[in-house]
Amino acid sequence: MKFGVVQFPGSNCDYDCYYAIKNILKAPVEMIWHKEKEHNLKGYDCIVLPGGFSYGDYLRVGAIARYSPIMTAVIDFALKGGLVLGICNGFQVLTEAKLLPGALIRNECLHFICRQQTIRVENIDTPFTKLYQKGQVLKIPIAHGEGCYYADEETISELENHHQILFRYCDARGEITREANPNGSLSNIAGICNRERNIVGLMPHPERAMEECLASLDGRLLFESIVIQLKQRQRRKFCPET
Amino acid sequence: MEKFKEKKFWQKWNLTSPEYQLICQALNREPNELELGIFSVLWSEHCSYKNSRSLLKRLPTEASWVVQGPGENAGIIDIGEEELVVMKIESHNHPSAVEPFQGAATGVGGILRDIFTMGARPIALLDSLRFGNFQENLTQYLYSGVVGGISFYGNCIGVPTVAGETVFSDSYQGNILVNVMAVGLVKKGEIVRAVAKGVGNSVILIGAKTGRDGIGGAAFASVQLSEQSDEDRPAVQIGDPFTGKLLLEACLELAQFEEVVGLQDCGAAGLASSLSEMAARGESGIEVEVSRVPQREMGMSPFEIILSESQERMVVVVEKGKEDRVLNTLKRWDLDSAIIGKVTEEQSFTIKDRGHQVASIPLPSLVGGTPVIKREAKRPEGMEKVNHLDLKEIEEFEDYNQILLNLLTSPNLSSKEEIYQQYDYLVQTNTLIPPGDDAAILRIKGSKKALALTTEGNGRYCFLDPRQGARIAVAEAARNLSCKGAKPKAVTDCLNFGAPENRASYWQLEQAIEGLSEACRFFETPVISGNVSLYNEKEGKSIDPTPVVGMVGVVGDYRQVCSLAFKKENDLIFLLGESEEELGGSEYLEVIHKLKCGVPPVLDFEKEKKIQNFCRVMIEGGFLASAHDCSLGGLALTLAESCLANGLGAEVELKSDLRSDCCLFGETQSRIVVSISPTYYEKFREAALGEGIPFQYVGIVKGNRLKINQWINLAVSQLEKSWRS
Repeated sequence: MKFGVVQFPGSNCDYDCYYAIKNILKAPVEMIWHKEKEHNLKGYDCIVLPGGFSYGDYLRVGAIARYSPIMTAVIDFALKGGLVLGICNGFQVLTEAKLLPGALIRNECLHFICRQQTIRVENIDTPFTKLYQKGQVLKIPIAHGEGCYYADEETISELENHHQILFRYCDARGEITREANPNGSLSNIAGICNRERNIVGLMPHPERAMEECLASLDGRLLFESIVIQLKQRQRRKFCPET
Repeated sequence: MEKFKEKKFWQKWNLTSPEYQLICQALNREPNELELGIFSVLWSEHCSYKNSRSLLKRLPTEASWVVQGPGENAGIIDIGEEELVVMKIESHNHPSAVEPFQGAATGVGGILRDIFTMGARPIALLDSLRFGNFQENLTQYLYSGVVGGISFYGNCIGVPTVAGETVFSDSYQGNILVNVMAVGLVKKGEIVRAVAKGVGNSVILIGAKTGRDGIGGAAFASVQLSEQSDEDRPAVQIGDPFTGKLLLEACLELAQFEEVVGLQDCGAAGLASSLSEMAARGESGIEVEVSRVPQREMGMSPFEIILSESQERMVVVVEKGKEDRVLNTLKRWDLDSAIIGKVTEEQSFTIKDRGHQVASIPLPSLVGGTPVIKREAKRPEGMEKVNHLDLKEIEEFEDYNQILLNLLTSPNLSSKEEIYQQYDYLVQTNTLIPPGDDAAILRIKGSKKALALTTEGNGRYCFLDPRQGARIAVAEAARNLSCKGAKPKAVTDCLNFGAPENRASYWQLEQAIEGLSEACRFFETPVISGNVSLYNEKEGKSIDPTPVVGMVGVVGDYRQVCSLAFKKENDLIFLLGESEEELGGSEYLEVIHKLKCGVPPVLDFEKEKKIQNFCRVMIEGGFLASAHDCSLGGLALTLAESCLANGLGAEVELKSDLRSDCCLFGETQSRIVVSISPTYYEKFREAALGEGIPFQYVGIVKGNRLKINQWINLAVSQLEKSWRS
């Protein structure tokens, strides 16, 4: 089992993700350089697109990164069922690459916002959320200027119908309210997955909520869910009869 | 050449006639325009400290843990376990007054380059901001521009902005202050120096292409702002945090290479200063060919190329014949690079344009030869009147509820969440105590240690008494750190004053440096780096003298730190230290009584240190639930802030013979409000008595209201509403 963290020029949460996986999760992880066009991501089980400002977020957030050489391999990996996690800027890149529906636009307040945020777990039927409980309220920080999730009505209802909305911004009691929505996202959407459930994007930063001293441990179960999934998969591979 | 003399051409470059004579002597001839331009920027106050140097010598700069004092790009201290802390503060006042967004953004970019130039990874930014009257439209524009600029650059480059101050006062109307501090970490033995040496070694310029922006910016920073300053907008540089980020990562890789001899940021005065300073440090010379400099625009003259302050550029000196690995690394990061010159034996700065020599300046006179100017200092007229305060003339009230709410709403005491939420203060996942507390705490990954960081400065105190104001700034910075459990270690200072030609301003500068020296010596926090910003005036009116102290402290065990928030019902609240009948220079007097007078609070160094040490030992022992420095707004504000942080109330009974307003809002120094669990009461009491620490039981954490004697009785939710409005 091995994680890969993609380094785009301008990624700035790459080391945070690397540290969280290696030092907290104690799972194998490597950095993957954006220029590696021929990379086939063989040997990797989960690819993380980290937060930051890939290519300076010039033109439009995530728009240039989507054409980065490594993305050909990432798209291929994702379409073959590999686990892909996009955090913050990574989520933006995933929508630009059309691996996830919708778009992330400028926050309603028009400026960057960094704070501890409560989100509610909406669906646990994914490799990324299986260790959470449905309805569980998590404290996970956000830090973005373009985190307002937007999609047309049809897409939103499809997301709802196929249980693709994984996290919603909520208040401390778990209520989905207007006030609890930090950026104006439709339906308070904080994180979604694709219909096949192997690609997840979310604006909050689980890698910033992995240790006691960092005010919250709630991000840990997301990464631990992935590890458990991968271990089960490995076991199935080696002992098909079980 | 005679034409220069006749028209006094040098005046356009802010040089004086005697300075021009010195330049002619150094060259043994008259300078050409390019040479004059180079002298102008290198001999500006911003680059040479010619007005302040004689005073700065008074500051203590040494201690056994100081690895690098003033003189390099940033100061360095050793905190043990092979770990070194690099830090520096710098002003970007004038550019930000003219173009707030880019001015502040490039301030951040510049200070970060000072850190990674030395091979250190930047781990934190702090900003100390001063604006004019909050009600003015201009202030709103400048304020949102500056905050936006810091947010734009700091967030993108991935360095958390973890602490700072924002103060509004009429004194800064027309001349705002934007002081940015950066802190980095580097392993022992991995420091890179900003030096050019080794005859024949290659001088490589890396990063952004050179354009026409920011020409003469350092000289612009060294004159007063005026109505015409808006026309100087081209002297403000444009920031590109994305290139800054690539440069940061690439330089940290280069810093590991043995063939890299020196690394220098291209900051104020562009290539002119970076090349000449590197060579001067290495006691070598540099020859540069301007046509090899990658340019953003067509037809740039040697003058424009050498003096451009285009951002996101660095100079690296590499051993001759070993340039490939460096060039390949830069290519990997998609950064432009070009070999633009070489190190020479003769100590001169030689500039060529397509092979023709266009300037040649002996380095010792250019870099070390700045004339030191000793100015005349004179205490400003009318200080007796300003320092006069008769408390009998100040009305006391029966009920202070509305007054407390008014104070909480005032721009200097209200919540700064709206500001710091625009900064990514969590990236790098080290922030243990975020903005909004006395100081920020950052853990050091792979170590048990943590760093505490703060900035502190009170212009009003310094206006009333610059020496005392500066002493208090140091004491308070140290108290901020001690309240979080850290031991103060070193200072970086940013001295914001008026024009040194003005005798009153010069007196303020002299007095403040004296105060800083005394306090830094006493608290054993040497000044390891800093910046002087003079000419902070508009239309001849100087700002309040504002020395800003940036301080770093070390926590032995990152788990033993303490925030300002009350934690639990029934915890006991104590005041360490004693309140005196002092209101001079207080926020209360200015906000409620519209008075800016009196003398700043008294400061007893010995007592201050004793109380700080005690607080730190109590935190290290795990006895304190909360600790909060009692400063701006006095005891009432301190208690209110501890309540607001967790939404817990407090019942407080102050037993004192002092006037009610002094009790509540006086800003007596050497006071800390702590809360402790009742189980630790005996231990706490014993220790305090044993150490001879003055302390007073004032109440308990309880309910959801803040009650202080018969004076204040307000719901915390009500406090919060005002505080956040």
